[in-house]
Amino acid sequence: MVVFEPKIVMFCCNWCSYAGADLVGVGRLQYPTNTRVIRVMCSSRIQPTFILQALKDGADGVLVTGCHIGDCHYIDGNVYTEERMKNVVDAMKLLGLEGRVHLEWVSASEGPKFRETVTEFVEQIRALGLSPLRAE
Amino acid sequence: MAELVGAVAVAGGGIAGIQSALDLADSGLKVYLIESSPAIGGVMAQLDKTFPTLDCSMCTLSPKLAEASRHQNIELLAYSEIKEISGEAGNFEITVTRKATYVDPVKCTACELCLAKCPVKVLDEYNAGMSKRKAIYLPFPQAVSRVMTIDAEHCIYLTKGKCGNCKKVCENDAIDYEMKDRDEVINVGSVILSTGFAPFDPTELEQFHYEHLDVVTALEFERLLSSSGPYVGHVKMANGETPKKIAWLQCIGSRNPEIGRPNCSAVCCMYATKEAMVAMEHDSELETTIFNIDLRAFGKGFEQFYQRAKNETGIRFIRSRPSGVDIDPVTNRLSVRYEVEGSTETAGEEFDMVILSIGLTPSESSKKLAEIAGIEMDEYGNITTAIDAPMTTSVPGIFACGTIVAPKDIPDTVADASGAASKAHSILASARGTLVIERTYVPEKDITDEEPRIGVVVCDCGINIASVVDVPAVVEYVKTLPYVVHAYEQTYACSTDSLDNIKDVIKEHNLNRVVVASCTPRTHEPLFQDTCRDAGLNPYLFELANIREHCSWVHQQEPKLATEKAKDITRMSVARVALLDLLYTQKLDFNHGGLVIGGGVAGMTAALDIAEKGFTTYLVEREPELGGLFRTFTRLQDGRTTTEILDPMIAAVNSNPNLTVYTGTTLDEVEGAMGRFKGKLSNGEEIEFGSAIIATGANEFEPEGYFGYGADNVITQSALEVKLDEGTVDAASVVMIQCAGGRNDERPYCSRVYCTTAMKNVIRLKEEDPERNIYVLYRDIRTYGVWEELYTRAREFGVIFMRYTEDDEPVVADGTVTITDKLLNDTKFEIATDLVVLSAPLVAPEGAEDTAMLFKVPVDSNKFFLEAHIKLRPVDFATDGVFLAGSAQAPKLVDESISQASAAASRACSILAKEQLETSGVISVVDADVCIGCGRCVEVCPYGAPELKEVEIVTEEISYMTRKSEIDPAICKGCGSCAAECPTSAITARHFTTKQISAVIDAFAFTDGSIEEVA
Repeated sequence: MVVFEPKIVMFCCNWCSYAGADLVGVGRLQYPTNTRVIRVMCSSRIQPTFILQALKDGADGVLVTGCHIGDCHYIDGNVYTEERMKNVVDAMKLLGLEGRVHLEWVSASEGPKFRETVTEFVEQIRALGLSPLRAE
Repeated sequence: MAELVGAVAVAGGGIAGIQSALDLADSGLKVYLIESSPAIGGVMAQLDKTFPTLDCSMCTLSPKLAEASRHQNIELLAYSEIKEISGEAGNFEITVTRKATYVDPVKCTACELCLAKCPVKVLDEYNAGMSKRKAIYLPFPQAVSRVMTIDAEHCIYLTKGKCGNCKKVCENDAIDYEMKDRDEVINVGSVILSTGFAPFDPTELEQFHYEHLDVVTALEFERLLSSSGPYVGHVKMANGETPKKIAWLQCIGSRNPEIGRPNCSAVCCMYATKEAMVAMEHDSELETTIFNIDLRAFGKGFEQFYQRAKNETGIRFIRSRPSGVDIDPVTNRLSVRYEVEGSTETAGEEFDMVILSIGLTPSESSKKLAEIAGIEMDEYGNITTAIDAPMTTSVPGIFACGTIVAPKDIPDTVADASGAASKAHSILASARGTLVIERTYVPEKDITDEEPRIGVVVCDCGINIASVVDVPAVVEYVKTLPYVVHAYEQTYACSTDSLDNIKDVIKEHNLNRVVVASCTPRTHEPLFQDTCRDAGLNPYLFELANIREHCSWVHQQEPKLATEKAKDITRMSVARVALLDLLYTQKLDFNHGGLVIGGGVAGMTAALDIAEKGFTTYLVEREPELGGLFRTFTRLQDGRTTTEILDPMIAAVNSNPNLTVYTGTTLDEVEGAMGRFKGKLSNGEEIEFGSAIIATGANEFEPEGYFGYGADNVITQSALEVKLDEGTVDAASVVMIQCAGGRNDERPYCSRVYCTTAMKNVIRLKEEDPERNIYVLYRDIRTYGVWEELYTRAREFGVIFMRYTEDDEPVVADGTVTITDKLLNDTKFEIATDLVVLSAPLVAPEGAEDTAMLFKVPVDSNKFFLEAHIKLRPVDFATDGVFLAGSAQAPKLVDESISQASAAASRACSILAKEQLETSGVISVVDADVCIGCGRCVEVCPYGAPELKEVEIVTEEISYMTRKSEIDPAICKGCGSCAAECPTSAITARHFTTKQISAVIDAFAFTDGSIEEVA
C-alpha cells in the first residue's frame, strides 16, 4: 500500500528557529521525519520565489520560521518576512494552494514549540493531501 | 615601574565578564576569562525572558557565548578559580587553580555516550535543583566549552573507586580519573572582577515557609517558565496540577535591616512583573498578584511595562509587605498574610503557589576574591567604589563591574562591564597588540578553473547518529551524487585525529569542496572551516549537513525514515557546496579618531577615555561652558560638591593633548560611515573621525502648569540645591512633590533620579534645620539599589511620607498643600507650607532629533536615543561606529552616566584600536548594470548599508544621470533582506545567493520516490 507522506521544505533562520531545532535535538524530543531544513542567516532572506520554487519542485508544504518580532538578530528583518509571507499566504489562496505555506516564530529556547509547529504542520498538510502541483 | 603586560584577567564568566572580555579582546588585548563553573553564561543563561521587552534570554546571550569561546584573543579558563594575586597595576601575577574536570578537553567531543551510562543522578544547578543531571555532565545545552565535566563530589569512581562506566564507553579515551587540580600562573596588566551575585537564600526567613514545595524562589520560577526547564515551560505545582493563582512576594532578603540587608535589590520589581506577565501568556486563566512596598519601575521602558502589566494584562499589584505565609494544617494550602494598605487590618488570601522575589546578595566567592585582591568592601560585602569612579576599586589596576559592586540589572551590568574594560584598556594602551597572536594559514590553492571535487565525511558521532541512521548506506548513496569524488564514514568527525585525516583527504583527492554530515553548524562549523583553511581551502567552500540534531536525535524510533532523511539532508548540502563561491574578507584603512557630542559629565568622560588610549578626540558642546546638566545641581549623594568632580574633569579635558574641545559649537553636517565619517562644525571647521558617541544629555523639565509652579515658593529640585548651597532656604515647613509632570500621559516614563535626589535633599534640609517639618508626597519611592539607605535616613530624620495616586493628585494653593493620603486610609490633609519643591522629570533636550538625523540613528517616543538592544547593547546603536552615553539614552544618576560613558568609549575604541577594518565575507553586493535605483534595499536594510548614488551612464547613443544602489561592505551584516526585496535580482547575498538556495530546493526535490512507498 502506498501511504501519502507529506514532503515539506522548512526555512530556518540561523539565530532563533535553527537554534530551536537544535535544542529539540539536544532534548531528544521526537517529531515526524517529513521536513527538510534550509538554513538562512535571517528569515528576511527568504524571497517569495523560493516558496514557489519549492512547491513547484514537489513540496506539499513550506514552513517558514524565524525569530519572534523584537528578537531578530538583524533588528527588524523579520518584520519584512512577516509582510512578505502574508502576501505569499494570500497568493496561495488564489492559487488553490491554501494552507500549504505557513509562517511561525520559534525562539532559540522554544524546543517544544519547534516540535509542535512541525508536528501540527505535517498533520495539516497530511489532511490537505498531495500538492496539486505534484498530483499526476 | 615594571613592564606593562598587554593582557587582562577577567574573573567571572557571566554576562559582565563576557562583555568585558569581548571589548578588550576586540581592542587587541589578550584576555584570560576565568570562570569557576564548567561553562560561561552566568545567571542570564538561566533566565527565561528578559524585561521589559520579554526577549528570549538565551537567544540574545548564546551568540555572545559562542563569540567569547571562539575569540582569538580570549583564553577561556573554565572550572578555575583565582588563588593569589600579586604585583601592581600594569603587571600582576595571578595564580589560577584549574580544577580537575577528569575529562581531557582536547579529546572529548561531547558525544554524550558517557551521559547515558553514568548511573549517578545529581540535582541540576542549571534548573535550580528542580531536575536531575548526571555526575558527568554539560551544565546546559548551549554551554561552551562543549566538554564534559565529572562532578568529583558525586562520581562513584572518584569517591568509591567503583563504576568507571564513562571511561569504558568513551571511544576517544577522554576520561582521566587521575587528573589533579593544578595551579597555573598568568601574567596580566590589569584585573577585572565580575563574579556577580548569589541569589538570597530565603530559608532563614522561616515565616515564608520556603520548605513548602509550592513556595519557590523567583529564580526557580524562571526555570519553571523556561521551555528548556524541568517541565518544558509548563508551570506545575508539586502535586502535578496547574496553578490557578500565584502570588509574588517582593523584597525577600531586600529592604530588610533586621537581617542586615537594608538595600534594595533593584531588579526584583521588574522581574516579578515580567514573570507574572509571561506566566499569564502561558495560561490566560491564571490570576497573578504582586505584593510590593513600592513598585520600582525606574529604568528605561519599565514604567510603561508596569502600566501595561497593571492595566492591560491584569496583574494585581497590592501595596503591602506580607508578614508571612500560612499553611493550612489540613489541606496544606498556602495563604499569604498581609496588612491592608491604609488600615491596620490584617488579611489572608489563599494562593496555589507563592513566589519569593529574592534579592541579590554578594556571593561568598566574590567576597573571597575581593579579599585575595586586597580590595575594600562595604559592610554588606559589595565592592567599594566612588560615584565619580564607579568601576575603580581601592587597588590600582583592579576594576570591578556588574552586581559585585551593587545590585543592578542586565543593561547596567553590561554598560559597567564595557566601562571596566575601558579603564583596563586605558592603563594598557601602550601594550595593545603585544600579546595577540595572528594565526597564519597555508597559502590558499587556486581552484578558479576547477570543476567541483567534493569530499563528504559522514559522522557516526559514536552511536549518536549511527544507532539510528544507517551511516554506511548514506555513504554509499552520497558517492552517487554529482561531483562527489570521495565519501567515507568517521566515528567522530570532530576529534583531533579525524580533523587531521580530513586535511590529508583534501590533499590526497585534490578536493576543492568539503561536506561533513554530522551535527549543527552553530557549534561545529568554525572548527571544520578552520580545518579546510589549514589544508589550503577557502573556508567558505565548506558545508555542514546536520544529521544529528535535525535527524538521528529527533527520529530515534524511525531508523528507516531517518536514514532517508539523512540522505536528503546530505544531498541538499552537496548541491549547495558545489555552488559555493570563494569569499574573502576585505581590509580597509580608516580614520582612528573619535568624536563626542555633548560636554556634560558623560561626554567629558567618554572623550577622556578615548583620548587616554592615544586616539585623536574631538569634543563638541553647544553651550559656552562644559558641565551640562550636572552644573545645575550642587551636591552628590555622598555629600561632596559637584564642583569637586567637575573641576578636575574639565581641567583634564582641557589639558589632554589628544583632545580638542569645541564649546559654543554645534555639529551641523555628517557624512560617511564607520571608519570614515566627515563632519562640519558650526564654526566652519571640518573634522574627520572613525567613530562617534552621542552624549547630549537631558534637561530638568520646567513644570509649567503643575502644582502651582511659577509662584515664588514653588521651585524645582535643582533650584532647591542652589538655595541650599546659598543657605537661603527660609522655610519651616517644606513639601516635596514627586513625579511632578512625570509618569503621566505626556511623559509616561519614570525619571529614575528624582527619588534619590529628593532623599538627598530632604536630608540636607533636615541637617540644616532639624526642626523643619518636611513632607514628601510620592507615588512610589524608587530609591533603588544602595540609595535605599538615603530613604531610611530620611525616615529616621522624621520626614513624613504620604502617598498619592495619579488620579488623586495633591493640590497646591497659596501656602497650603492638600493631599489624600493612601497610607492613612484616604485621609485628607491640609499642610501649611513655606516652600514646595517639585521633582520634575528629566526630558530630552531640544535638538536631540536633529543629532539623530545626522547619524541616522533612532529616538524613542520620548525623544531619548534608542539603543541597538535594550539588554545586551545598551550603549550601541544599530548603526556601526556610533554609540550613546548618559541621560541621552534615558535619565540616569551620575555614576551610571559615567559608567555608560566609559562603556561607549570602550566600544568605540574596540573599533579605533584595529589596524584596519575587516569586512565579513558574507555580505550583499549590487550589480550596478541590473540595478534600477528603486531604493527598496535602502528601505529594508536595518543598518543603512545600501545607499543610492548618482551616477552618469554613458552609452554610444545617450548619456544620462541615474541612481544606483551601492552597499557599504564595512556596514553590511549579511542578513540578505535586500536580496529578497530587490525586484530585479540586482543584489547578490553572498553565501546565500539565489542560485545556491535554489539549488538546495531543487536537490530537495529529486528523491527516488521512496518516501511514498513506505507502508
